[in-house]
Amino acid sequence: MTQQGVRWTADQVLALAPDAASRKAGSKLGAAGPWSEAGSSDEGTLWGLCKGSGSKPYQTVIDIADASGPAYKCSCPSRKFPCKHALGLLLLWAGGDGAVPPGKAPDWAEQWTAGRRKRAAEKRTASAGGSPSGSADPEAARRRAERRAERITAGTTELEQRLTDLLRGGLAAAEQAGYGLWEETAARMVDAQAPGLAGRVRELGAIPASGPGWPVRLLEECALLHLLDQGWLRRDGLPEGLAATVRSRIGLPASADGPPVRDRWLVLAQYDRADARLTTRRIWLYGAESDRTALLLSYGAAGRAPELALPVGLTLEAEVSAYPGGSRQRAALGERFATPTSTSIRPPGVTTTQAVARYGDALRADPWLDSVPVTLDRVIPTPDGDSWQLADADENAALPLTPTARSRPGLWRLVALSGGAPVKVFGECGHQGFTPLTAWPAGAGEAVQLC
Amino acid sequence: MDSPTSGVWEELVTTALLGTDRRTPPGAAPGREAPVALLNAAAMETVRRRAGLRPARPAQRPAAAPEDPRPPLPAPAAHRLAMLLADRPGTAGGGRRGTAPDLMELLPQWLATANARGFMAPPEALPALLDAARGRTDLRPAALTFAGPRALWLARLNPDWRFALRATPGGGTSLPHLDDTDKVQQLWQEGLFAERVALLAAIRAHEPGTARELLATTWATERAEDRLMFLDSLRTNLGDEDEAFLEQSLSDRSRNVRATAAELLSALPGSALAARMAVRAGACVAVDHTRDTPTITVEAPHECDAGMERDGVVAKAPAGRGERSWWFGQLVEATPLETWPGRLGGRTPEEIVALPVTDDWQGELHAAWCRAAVRQRNADWSRALLGAPRAPEAGGPGAVSLAERAKLLSTLGTDERAEWVAGFIATHGLSEAFQLLGVCDVPWAPQLGRAVVDALNIARDAGSYPWSFSGVMGLAERCLSPSEANRLDGLLAVPDEPENASPGAGGYWAEAFQRLVTTLRLRAAMAEELGAEQEEGLRGLA
Repeated sequence: MTQQGVRWTADQVLALAPDAASRKAGSKLGAAGPWSEAGSSDEGTLWGLCKGSGSKPYQTVIDIADASGPAYKCSCPSRKFPCKHALGLLLLWAGGDGAVPPGKAPDWAEQWTAGRRKRAAEKRTASAGGSPSGSADPEAARRRAERRAERITAGTTELEQRLTDLLRGGLAAAEQAGYGLWEETAARMVDAQAPGLAGRVRELGAIPASGPGWPVRLLEECALLHLLDQGWLRRDGLPEGLAATVRSRIGLPASADGPPVRDRWLVLAQYDRADARLTTRRIWLYGAESDRTALLLSYGAAGRAPELALPVGLTLEAEVSAYPGGSRQRAALGERFATPTSTSIRPPGVTTTQAVARYGDALRADPWLDSVPVTLDRVIPTPDGDSWQLADADENAALPLTPTARSRPGLWRLVALSGGAPVKVFGECGHQGFTPLTAWPAGAGEAVQLC
Repeated sequence: MDSPTSGVWEELVTTALLGTDRRTPPGAAPGREAPVALLNAAAMETVRRRAGLRPARPAQRPAAAPEDPRPPLPAPAAHRLAMLLADRPGTAGGGRRGTAPDLMELLPQWLATANARGFMAPPEALPALLDAARGRTDLRPAALTFAGPRALWLARLNPDWRFALRATPGGGTSLPHLDDTDKVQQLWQEGLFAERVALLAAIRAHEPGTARELLATTWATERAEDRLMFLDSLRTNLGDEDEAFLEQSLSDRSRNVRATAAELLSALPGSALAARMAVRAGACVAVDHTRDTPTITVEAPHECDAGMERDGVVAKAPAGRGERSWWFGQLVEATPLETWPGRLGGRTPEEIVALPVTDDWQGELHAAWCRAAVRQRNADWSRALLGAPRAPEAGGPGAVSLAERAKLLSTLGTDERAEWVAGFIATHGLSEAFQLLGVCDVPWAPQLGRAVVDALNIARDAGSYPWSFSGVMGLAERCLSPSEANRLDGLLAVPDEPENASPGAGGYWAEAFQRLVTTLRLRAAMAEELGAEQEEGLRGLA
């Protein structure tokens, strides 16, 4: 991809920012003032000198051509990634007012990109060479896996005991017990090397304080946890797909060993969820030819942005491989063949009735699934008392929005975009309702991010 | 969403709440295995309920937003708007601004240009636009014009944006077509107060006479507060035909209504009230020819009689002011300025202002003339009262304060105003100029822009810190013509520090000038994205 390819939009650049503060700082630097000797090459390298508080300006280089996503290098001491200087330079370039003219990269920029591309090429040849990396001793690996399985089995047995104790005494008593009990149990599950169980247990602690109807939700989650325990204890008797789902829900690592699917993948949505320990980024892709929706997960330490970032609304030509498991939603991004390009592709949509049916179907392969990705066609955001729903324009049916989606600013962007007319909306449809993530106007127009 | 309801599930939840020790789950034996049986049944029911979800019944779908016939924004301009709106005040770390432009401050100009070009707002930007307008009342008129009918549609759905309905005449309701007399009469007779104010304002803007007649039909039965608001809406398109109605309102029961009526009448130089005031004021002011130089003598009124009070003179002076000078000021303020040359020996306004005044009355007299010139939009008198911009006394605290001068300037034409302020800055520097610059049209005329840049340059060479001038600098960023950017290039470098300069000032000045140039370039880019000629596009914002 060369300079003649699409420039990104400011939104797409700002989506790369690790946090709100960087976004703000980056947009301030997205003007010609502090920059000097900025330029861009046909190979997709951007560079520039940014004047900071010191006497020596920072040297910023960005490689946007790299198939594995933009890469950044800046001489500033910031530990944010990308730093505000890289964001500013990208914005300046995206602004397109000639502040980043085409030219030849200076030596300091050229050295870095050349080095990067050489290393990448070496890595490719190495991995193409064959020998799957991993432990040299398969016997030791097998013994480790067995020991872990034993620990998990002990953990699930203990958890089953806690659950039966809870139900013997009644959920009403759990309301008084508070977080402490569950935090302790979650810690025990971490010791048992079952992070999936630990996460679910921790969430149980918050349910009694989650408002009216909590006993129903608590019973549901306890029952699903029990189902997962039982699934693990009897995994040998399960069909292979379901067993894989159980393993991944328990938290055992798996590798994306599905066959790589090469396609033009439309980036549907990207959003982050952060807790005290981890930032999880979820990116939904839609394959234009394979008609598949895939989920990419990427993680960052608390407060840091995950490294993978894809601009919503663009397509990228790439290979994607699915992780094992019944629902086959999650996938890993393999080789990318070009930088993202703008597109007019929109995923085909379904009615609200079909969307709900799709969730029901997906539960067969993964009963622990909270939601499935769905694109709704011709729905109208409609106020429903204090809440909102997406009403089918042509059918007598509607999907309520999830409580979280109701309080997000994206809701109002969706309502404004619709103006009472039908729109196409991509989002997650599950037992709590629908979470809109991206929408397209009725006529021509770019995708609008709602998350 | 609707889950399939079943008695089984209800029973399971009840059992779980109470505990299996107290209640045996359906279809299970009491004892050690009861909790497991409950969990098994609950797991099955949970998945069953989720798999069997049905869509919900749709609520009443909202009416479609009204069509917006304006053309959509060009893509670069839409992206620029998103960036301007993303830069919300209060999120910065505070303190020094560095060299980056203050994007939020450019939003008013961007909106003015987009409105001048008649573009439609991108729907997805409306929430951010409404939020910005909610926080800044000065943005509201332009933001709401740009946001258009869809924003009002949206505001009806979100209580946070109610201000948009209040701010737009008829925003809360749809006004009837003004030719539809029956509907207009009905709304006027039965509508809520806000609706009636909106209706009156809308009619007044197009047919001033009709509005007045409409008001007269119900005048006697309106409450005092309402009368005041309705009377105030006659300010738009005020004309001689309104005199009879206003004259009648001078006998109103409410003092505030009387005062407003008198104020409106005094802005009509041909009114009977103005003539009465001229007689009263004329009796107080005379030229004394017995002295060496002709001198104005003032004999302030000795009492405030009922006639004066009826004509809007407030009898009770504020604390610390003499009653007689207080009454005198009000009389002169309400007197048509055209009557003074005849009264004072056929002199021109300049000559009259130059006359000495006896007994320290000059301040009072000139201040009242200033108020009169502003109220009557009299450019000749404004010019005379402003004096020459380069006169030494123009800089100091004279008879006419800076605030009064700024008001006087606003009665002059664009070019004359810019020229006067440029002359003022060239002589007196920037320290007093902020208020005066605020009334100049944007972008600044070339001679004014040059005067400001030269003055900033002098201030820099004097070695002070730039933040003493941050107000003017901020104005310059917004108001200087973008075509001046090239002339500023020489100022971007860090100068050598003179001996007596404040430490580091040179660097900060270079930074401030860089920000100025960056902002000017950004404004030029903004105007270009909107397809506007710079001069045309960025005008209209003071």
